[in-house]
Amino acid sequence: MKNKLGVKLPDHIDGIGKILPYKGPFARVRGLKKEGLTTTGVKMRSSLPGKKKVFKDLKKVIELSGLKDGGTISFHHHLRNGDFLLMNVMKVLDEMGFKDLILSPSSLTSAHQGIVDYVRKGVVKRICTSGLRGELGKFISKGNMEIPVVIRSHGGRARAIKSGDVKIDVAFIGAPSSDREGNLNGVRGPSACGSLGYAMVDAEYADCVIAVTDHLVDYPNTPISIPQYQVDYIVLTDKLGNPDKIGSGSTRLTTNPVDHIIAEKAAKLIFNSGYFGNGMTFQTGAGGASLAVAKYVADIMEAKGVVGSYAIGGISSYIVDIYKRGLFKKMFDVQSFDKGVVSSLLNNEDHLEISADFYANPFNSGAIINNLDVVVLAAYEIDTDFNVNVLVDSHGYAQGASGGHSDTSAAAKLTVIVAPSFRARIPTLVDRVNTIITPGETVDILVTERGIAVNPKRKDLLENFKGKGLNIIDICDLKKKVDKITLKPRMVEFGDKICGLIEYRDGTIIDTIDQVIE
Amino acid sequence: MKISKKSSAGSLESSDLMVYLEPMDTIKVEAVSSVSTSQHQKEIEALVKKELKKAGITGAYVKVQDNGALNLTIKARLKTAISRGIE
Repeated sequence: MKNKLGVKLPDHIDGIGKILPYKGPFARVRGLKKEGLTTTGVKMRSSLPGKKKVFKDLKKVIELSGLKDGGTISFHHHLRNGDFLLMNVMKVLDEMGFKDLILSPSSLTSAHQGIVDYVRKGVVKRICTSGLRGELGKFISKGNMEIPVVIRSHGGRARAIKSGDVKIDVAFIGAPSSDREGNLNGVRGPSACGSLGYAMVDAEYADCVIAVTDHLVDYPNTPISIPQYQVDYIVLTDKLGNPDKIGSGSTRLTTNPVDHIIAEKAAKLIFNSGYFGNGMTFQTGAGGASLAVAKYVADIMEAKGVVGSYAIGGISSYIVDIYKRGLFKKMFDVQSFDKGVVSSLLNNEDHLEISADFYANPFNSGAIINNLDVVVLAAYEIDTDFNVNVLVDSHGYAQGASGGHSDTSAAAKLTVIVAPSFRARIPTLVDRVNTIITPGETVDILVTERGIAVNPKRKDLLENFKGKGLNIIDICDLKKKVDKITLKPRMVEFGDKICGLIEYRDGTIIDTIDQVIE
Repeated sequence: MKISKKSSAGSLESSDLMVYLEPMDTIKVEAVSSVSTSQHQKEIEALVKKELKKAGITGAYVKVQDNGALNLTIKARLKTAISRGIE
């Protein structure tokens, strides 16, 4: 069969099951009532008064958890490149002789390359994640896993866990602070990472929750991000991670002049879009040009005396600074992007921690992004139908993450993609992106340093931009303009094997990760 | 005109290239690229040869380490390296 975007898909994949083809950003959301899905299936647990929960030996606790071969384990990635927990747990699981596990973390970063060895040894049979990087991404793109990896957006993962598509047997939650009963938060302790937004979903729906902490505090530990009644065991460890590696410098404002040209143009567009004004809601990525857009938008807000309602997403210290200038009233934080955000989340009552479900799940009674006015996002590649790839690099390898890209672009009233028109002579603008993460029908504007393209179905925007001195051109003409400079892009050769499935936020399959032939 | 001493120009930053020149009686060009295919490396070599001819260079050993430079960048870096490599 083929999905709405013409991607060929099998009806069924062994080890995964029935494949639902993508039919449009809100097709399944609109018809969900008829499906009659329910949220159930979490094992009931009981606890006698005075039960001891704190242990020193992780092996002992894994035995107590009842984890079996083939079981599903989960992790959260708030410590990003500084996470030690996932690899430490994998080592123990290997020593204990576990096989065929389904590894289902909220995402994987460069700290998790070592998973390759556990796949080779048979400890891990399947991977579900938002992102893949480094050697692990190459390993998967070369076709080394029998069952395709499943890539989910942050909202899509919350949906999958809640609906039982992903049934977590044991959730390992890195807890920067815990008390003896398992009240957890991410804002205290030497490994403080800020929000625990992704882990909140795991804690609610896993059959067994193991919190691992390097900071056990007196009872009760507050604020309570994850409550004790969801936590079965607490295991002490020496060090959970290195919070200096959360940000990896991504929250410093870019010094690249091209990024600033793009950002300034994007801000001017947002100002003229019809969505700029008091009470506006805003999300931007933490890297490069996206974060720079926040700077220019904030400057215009200040100059015009405009105060927004909320900023949302991964919150970086730069967004906290904009809040401090009085330009937004609240911040919703599903993931804190650098160590500097932690004290704001702890001390500031306008800075609110939210779960991935609350943030972006399409199958609940209203995620926060449903009220998003403007989102600014990046792209590895974008095509002339405005489809965006943020996962597969120019060599064909999975080296990125789905994140909240497709969630926010579907929900926001205005979705702006900012990207240089080429990087290292490889054009960003192509006829068809390698792998679709975000469908073009949810993307409104592409801003490059060489011109701005507006999705032709947004006639209202084109009308608003008329006579504003904005260099708006047809996306195909923009592509021709760029192609003249970059010459022919590198062609990657792909095989027939499906190495990964890109699951859209509603659980349908929008695209595949294809095998790279070297 | 021949290259009379070792010279170089450029950087290893993304979107840039390093050009190394050494004295030789004839023309020899070797290009490697971190971002492109072997097909494109040949295109870079052809471009370098064309530019050497234009500059009247008949003897040079040219090594190019490309990190995704545009053609105009390649030409500019080569021109600088040549000016540094002739007495």
